[in-house]
Amino acid sequence: MSRYSIFNLVGNALSGHKNWKEAWRSPEPKPSYDIVIVGGGGHGLATAYYLAKEHGLTNIAVIEKGWIGGGNMGRNTTIVRSNYMLPENTHFYEWGMKLWETMSQDLNYNVMFSQRGVINLAHTPGQMDAFARRGNAMRLAGVDAELLDRDEIARRCPGLDMSPNARFPIVGGMCQPRGGTARHDAVAWGYARGADLRGVDIIENCEVTGFKIDGGKVVGVETSRGDILAKKVGVAVAGHTSQVMQMAGIERLPIESHLLQAFVSEPVKPLIDTVVTFGAGHLYISQSNKGGLVFGGDMDGYNSFAQRGNIPVIEDVASCAMTMFPNLGKIRLLRHWGGIMDMSMDGTPIISKTPVENLFLNGGWCYGGFKATPASGWCFAHTIATGEPHELNAGFTLDRFEKGYTIDEKGVGPVPRLH
Amino acid sequence: MQIDCPFCGKRDQSEFTYSGDATKKRPDHNDQDPQAWFDYVYQRDNPKGAHQEYWHHTSGCRQFLVVERNTMTHKISSVQAVGDLNKGSAE
Repeated sequence: MSRYSIFNLVGNALSGHKNWKEAWRSPEPKPSYDIVIVGGGGHGLATAYYLAKEHGLTNIAVIEKGWIGGGNMGRNTTIVRSNYMLPENTHFYEWGMKLWETMSQDLNYNVMFSQRGVINLAHTPGQMDAFARRGNAMRLAGVDAELLDRDEIARRCPGLDMSPNARFPIVGGMCQPRGGTARHDAVAWGYARGADLRGVDIIENCEVTGFKIDGGKVVGVETSRGDILAKKVGVAVAGHTSQVMQMAGIERLPIESHLLQAFVSEPVKPLIDTVVTFGAGHLYISQSNKGGLVFGGDMDGYNSFAQRGNIPVIEDVASCAMTMFPNLGKIRLLRHWGGIMDMSMDGTPIISKTPVENLFLNGGWCYGGFKATPASGWCFAHTIATGEPHELNAGFTLDRFEKGYTIDEKGVGPVPRLH
Repeated sequence: MQIDCPFCGKRDQSEFTYSGDATKKRPDHNDQDPQAWFDYVYQRDNPKGAHQEYWHHTSGCRQFLVVERNTMTHKISSVQAVGDLNKGSAE
């Protein structure tokens, strides 16, 4: 497979684009691998990619029950940011941001990463103080953040209701200029292609149905396409983390699965050239390159594996959007969909060893998994390759709940629907 | 989704507040086993299928209910008042 470049683009254009090769192979599973990654989402693919690139390990299979890009990787609102306050999160997500900034070059695949800025609106002086605190914490850690006053918000987001008589008048906000959006499918495809080029087998339509465990040690997986032996197994399956780990004998996890909906409108002319989040309710909105407004808000609020949402949240999200941008009233909704989030009890992910030897877990991403894709893969690869977490994910252990080292960015306690 | 409240009848889901897994039993206040508290506070079965859960009828009778709902289909198979069940505790 050749590298993508202007020359092979021109060459393929001249032959009518009939000779493009598939971006990754579809191999039959081999009887054994050094490492098997369960879950071919962004995190699993990134893990395989960095195992190959950073650790020189290539005898790897990524096993996916559906197809690449069919899970939460294709269901998010594509927002990338690293505006966290607690040190574990700040450093982890900032490392992710640095990987995002070089991703297209690194993968030789255009992920359309657009650093258009992420603006969080403030509606009370107290919120402005909280943003100043968070922004300062970020800047001390080397992350970019700026506090914006009311006039600057009005200048950057012309569609916003800036009226002093608004239900929740806007008093200012915080911006992370390096935040933005990326083309989510391209990220999945780019990592799949990058891993495949380095020799990783990506096996789609292959469901893991059990683990082979011998004396407290994982030695392979059972799948719908036969048994596969492995020296190490990494699990990165998002919403079904509890179910997959139960097959490995871990009965309970500090995780509940919840449903999050996302929405896209019909395409319109350029209206929002940044990412804006509402501070008086819960809404985040941006405009895709095709012109559709992409937005989302709260989760449905109760355990769900349904992959489709209920009406009250649609109404809530629509009313938040209208409150912020009254000019959206006539815009029609094109599509909406749902994804299953593995909500951890403290709102922070888990990239960790497990009680089963050689079995590693990557989960609990709540609804922040997309932006974490590169850092998650990078840290999980390190954890699997060396058997120990990297400094960047040392706090994201599975046993932190038991030991009292939870990382609760929002400070709401062990109530997953509130994170 | 509608929940058939034993006190108020069938009401829209938006009248209720979800309060989590109802199978969790709070350990005795004098229980000093950290494992029991860890299990109660953090660990969840998180079933894909039948789930027993608390719902608070916030905009109705303000009673706590125990609802058995399928997490894949949202089909509700039973609704009971908390008082009608053995001692449990809400969030």
